[in-house]
Amino acid sequence: MANKENNPVLLEVKNLYKEYDGRAALDNIDLSIHKGEVVVVLGPSGCGKSTLLRCLNGLEMIQGGDIIFYGESLTGKDVQWQEIRQKIGMVFQNYDLFPHMTVIENILLGPEKVQSRDRNEIMQQATQLLDRVGLLDRKDAYPRQLSGGQKQRIAIVRALCMNPEIMLFDEVTAALDPEMVREVLDVILGLAKQGMTMVIVTHEMGFARLVADRIVFVDFGKVCEIGSPDEFFTNPKTERTRQFLNIFQY
Amino acid sequence: MQSLGINVLFEGINLQRLFGGLLVTVEIAFFSIAIGSLLGILMGLIRTSKSKTICFVCRIYLEVFRIIPILVWLFIAYFGVTRMFDIHVSGEVVAVVVFSLWGAAEMGDIVRGALESLPRHQMESGKALGLSSLGVYRYILIPQAIRRMLPGAINLATRMVKTTSLVVMIGVIDVVKVGQQIIELSTLRIPTAAFWIYGFIFILYFIICYPLAKWSKKLEMKWES
Amino acid sequence: MNVNWEFIITTLPLYEKAAWLTLKLAAGGILASLVLGLLCSVILYYRVRGIEKLVQAYIELSRNTPLLIQLFFLYYGFTKIGLTMSENTCAIIGLSFLGGSYMAEAFRGGIESVSKTQIESGLSIGLSKMQLFRYIILPQAFSVTIPAVGANCIFLLKETSIVGAIAIPDIMNLTQDVIGMYYQTFESLLMLVMAYLVMILPLSLFLSWLEREVRYAEFGN
Repeated sequence: MANKENNPVLLEVKNLYKEYDGRAALDNIDLSIHKGEVVVVLGPSGCGKSTLLRCLNGLEMIQGGDIIFYGESLTGKDVQWQEIRQKIGMVFQNYDLFPHMTVIENILLGPEKVQSRDRNEIMQQATQLLDRVGLLDRKDAYPRQLSGGQKQRIAIVRALCMNPEIMLFDEVTAALDPEMVREVLDVILGLAKQGMTMVIVTHEMGFARLVADRIVFVDFGKVCEIGSPDEFFTNPKTERTRQFLNIFQY
Repeated sequence: MQSLGINVLFEGINLQRLFGGLLVTVEIAFFSIAIGSLLGILMGLIRTSKSKTICFVCRIYLEVFRIIPILVWLFIAYFGVTRMFDIHVSGEVVAVVVFSLWGAAEMGDIVRGALESLPRHQMESGKALGLSSLGVYRYILIPQAIRRMLPGAINLATRMVKTTSLVVMIGVIDVVKVGQQIIELSTLRIPTAAFWIYGFIFILYFIICYPLAKWSKKLEMKWES
Repeated sequence: MNVNWEFIITTLPLYEKAAWLTLKLAAGGILASLVLGLLCSVILYYRVRGIEKLVQAYIELSRNTPLLIQLFFLYYGFTKIGLTMSENTCAIIGLSFLGGSYMAEAFRGGIESVSKTQIESGLSIGLSKMQLFRYIILPQAFSVTIPAVGANCIFLLKETSIVGAIAIPDIMNLTQDVIGMYYQTFESLLMLVMAYLVMILPLSLFLSWLEREVRYAEFGN
């Protein structure tokens, strides 16, 4: 992927420190995310990668360091998370579509009620996006009528309709049956090609190598290594990274 | 004036009498809970039977207590038995009988719920480890069943303690009745006696029931499976 | 056993009148409880500082004391320190004091039944706490709240049997008077039971039906 490091920095993480149950869950994390960049966060289970993502959109509070979004600090008491979350979209492992609403209602809720946009305009955008992920014909279905892969694609569309600047993906294929993983990853690849800035936490190594501009390897709450995908997979710098990559080789 | 009012609690043997009445309340509650629990466990076991008639009868027994208020049952037992059969039974005995029957019905439902919620394969898994049937019951099923029952059982006990306040309506000299007697005697001298006496009784009940409720919640959270 | 049907027929109107009073008091208590409970759960949801602790204290106090004592305290106690009220008002206040906390617990249970991930999902698309409550929590809380609220209504209706203790001419006092005057114990007790059956059984059946409907609407089965 092209070198995006000359683009402006959208989101910056400085010396992030987060505690959990008295222990450090994240320690001294430094990361800059440039516009249009796809950053993939890898690491063993429990290393803190999901926690890092959740700190970025305020679902978890940090105890030290700073997160700077568009030049503004996201730490402190007065942060208007409601505003920020419209610009930082997130898709979860368990999709969590609202079960009592149809697909289209799920998608329209945010833009209509939070952003007060014109219904026709949102409808147009939603229809386009649904068509792009191949689910336009399911727009009036209820989540319980859809498969996991379909629900996850809808969850991505729902987040996209808020017109975020950055998209966060938290292990979005981990809960899916293997056959459905591909359809979701294809959507994310498509977004990357269109230049969406993304931070992705995943276990899918092949996908990570393909989609990432940079790979961040986190272990025990600390950044172990950062590099381009090629560097990372073929010539890892640290022993820990080598150990980790070996797990995926048979 | 207010400080004069609260003194009614400390006059003479008032406090002593109130605690005497409290003892009656606690005794009734204790026996009802004990008998009710034992009968209830029995009833719970019976309800797991395969016979539809037995289940139906037990169900009716439970519903009868859930639809008719307990005070009504106290009335029926007290006025009904004494007047219709010309026997004199004390209010305490009537109370314990009615509460025990009520407790048994509710406890039976709790026990049944606990037993039915146990995962079905435990018996097989236990035997596969080499335990006898009795061993499976003792080490695997019963401890789990107790955990599922205990919060509900404590909750029932708390409700029963609160319901014992009703026995004053069938003539039992419990803490409420004693309070009323004290008020009657003191009210001319100390107009606010009623406020302080009933307030005191209010707090007494709270002191008994609140810890029980907290304990039940603590157990529920601790054993949340 | 000979049942004195004539007696039953002549005293039936009295029982009917008393039953209506009971129902009116129960209705008043239930309505006030719902309002009070809703208020409390909103305060707890928004964690309004200062008042939150007060509401929690109220809930613990009213749930851990018997209605009889609450009524006596209100009716005989508070009147002595200057506050006067009619028996009926006192009954409704007592019922609402008790019922309010039960309803608050019912609402709280419903709110907490909505999974944390649903809440996070809603927050991630920028919903405010109010919007979160209205669009995500409320619709999903229904299937847990409705049965609980219904059960509380039946509970309060049963608790009205206690208000006779503060000299309200309800079914319980009527039965005592009738037994004392005419000695038709069996017939009086029979009517007593019938009165409560007639009041509560339909409500109980309606509730079971409502529970099924709500569960069907939400889960489609």
